[in-house]
Amino acid sequence: MHLPDCFLDGKTAALSAGAAATGLSMALRRVRASLGPRQTPRLGLAAAFVFVAQMLNFPVLGGTSGHLIGGVMAAVLLGPSAAILVMTCVLIVQCLMFADGGLLALGANLFNMAIVNVCGGWFTFRFVKAIFCRGPRSDGIDQRAAVFAAAFAAWVGTVLAAISCAGQLALSKTAPWSVTFPAMVNVHMLIGIGEGLATGLIVLAVLRTRPELIITADVAQPAAALGTIGYGLLLCFGLAAFVAPFACPWSDGLDSVAKALGFFHTEQSGFQPPLANYHLPWTSATMATAVAALIGTAVAFVAAYGLARALAPRLLAMKPAPRNPRDI
Amino acid sequence: MAKHLSPRIKLLGAVALIISIALLPRHLDSLYLVPGLLLLSLWLLFRMSFRYALRRLIVVEFFIIGIGLLSLFTPSAAPIFLAAFVKSNLCALTLLLLAWTTPFHEILLVLRDLRIPAVMLTTLALLCRYLPVLADESKRMQRARASRTFSRRRFGAWRNIATTIAQLFVRSSDRADRIFLAMCARGWKA
Repeated sequence: MHLPDCFLDGKTAALSAGAAATGLSMALRRVRASLGPRQTPRLGLAAAFVFVAQMLNFPVLGGTSGHLIGGVMAAVLLGPSAAILVMTCVLIVQCLMFADGGLLALGANLFNMAIVNVCGGWFTFRFVKAIFCRGPRSDGIDQRAAVFAAAFAAWVGTVLAAISCAGQLALSKTAPWSVTFPAMVNVHMLIGIGEGLATGLIVLAVLRTRPELIITADVAQPAAALGTIGYGLLLCFGLAAFVAPFACPWSDGLDSVAKALGFFHTEQSGFQPPLANYHLPWTSATMATAVAALIGTAVAFVAAYGLARALAPRLLAMKPAPRNPRDI
Repeated sequence: MAKHLSPRIKLLGAVALIISIALLPRHLDSLYLVPGLLLLSLWLLFRMSFRYALRRLIVVEFFIIGIGLLSLFTPSAAPIFLAAFVKSNLCALTLLLLAWTTPFHEILLVLRDLRIPAVMLTTLALLCRYLPVLADESKRMQRARASRTFSRRRFGAWRNIATTIAQLFVRSSDRADRIFLAMCARGWKA
């Protein structure tokens, strides 16, 4: 999903860079407020960990393999603010050292993969876990609820990032929305299955070996729950800016003015490019994709629950050991 | 040769070059030769390894062609697609040249001068320092795992890789605690 340079126009690149910078500054402020000095090297190591986790290949059908995106995994393991910071650093290094993703498109890539993916996944995770969690939440994690929520959230986060990416491409007129939306979303609904499965398995494995690593990230949240509202607003803003202009079924302003003034006839009488009416046959594809995404969400929800039910007992993970007061 | 240039000049030059490439007209034009020849001469001047460039470019090419295919559905798209294809490759080459000539810790110095927040600088520095360490560790863990488990089932393979990643997370958190103590012992302050 790394966008290369020169596929976005200036307006879209600037808009998404601004949104990414806003999200990053919110994350930085919350990281500074909530994490002690002891956590600073943890962030760096977590960034290296996410980078390495992205390099490990999962075998997929027939010899091909895929790798993790890791945003939702980072959000579940580290909390949303730290995850945004970690993903940002990973993307910056990938851009500057490996030329993965363009420099001018860095803002858009940051917005899609460090903010939409992380925050969208995080909100889904919290929501699903809050509904399905049983037992006193303060002294442990319901393993099944956590695995279920993480797997489903990873799917949702992947698809949301793909929708945002499709919106950016359509907004910069690289390709029409009726093409980018079905292509990106259909592909990423499939990628999301792998992402969800991998995230669920990873979260389960961490819960089994060292639950306190997750619990500490989790317990830190309620005090700062209000701070996540900012991420929600940013998410809504981004989706409104990139997606809303296309998701609306009404014809846009220019078209209706042309129709009202009777220009439509003269416009069509001129030279006809071979794919002039390209959006007409694709409108149904957009609708079909939207419906498929809704059905896919339901299927992913059920599948994630099935995965969690098959793998994780409805146990509470152990209480974290009391911290040594002499620790900093 | 490249070592004598200050990293700030290299970074700003790369940014300027990428912006000027992006501003080129959206159809193939003789103007494209200017950045193309400039990059080629820089390539020869800095003696960038051909294999290195090719290996990185192939990874990037997947994304470029994937998005380029989308833009083929626009009317009269073929010239635009070709132009975007050439432009993205030129931009990627610029970034590769920057990465080839500038070690990341020099870029970090420039970023520090640009007043990037300290938390991010530390994170970036630690990321680059421990990336090879953790990559090596994950390789060793996978080798150890492969020597113990024989499974032809795909789900088993997924489970093994996921467990490796989870173990890597646990080990990297423990390592972070040790690093923190070592940093404190050497007088580090947040």
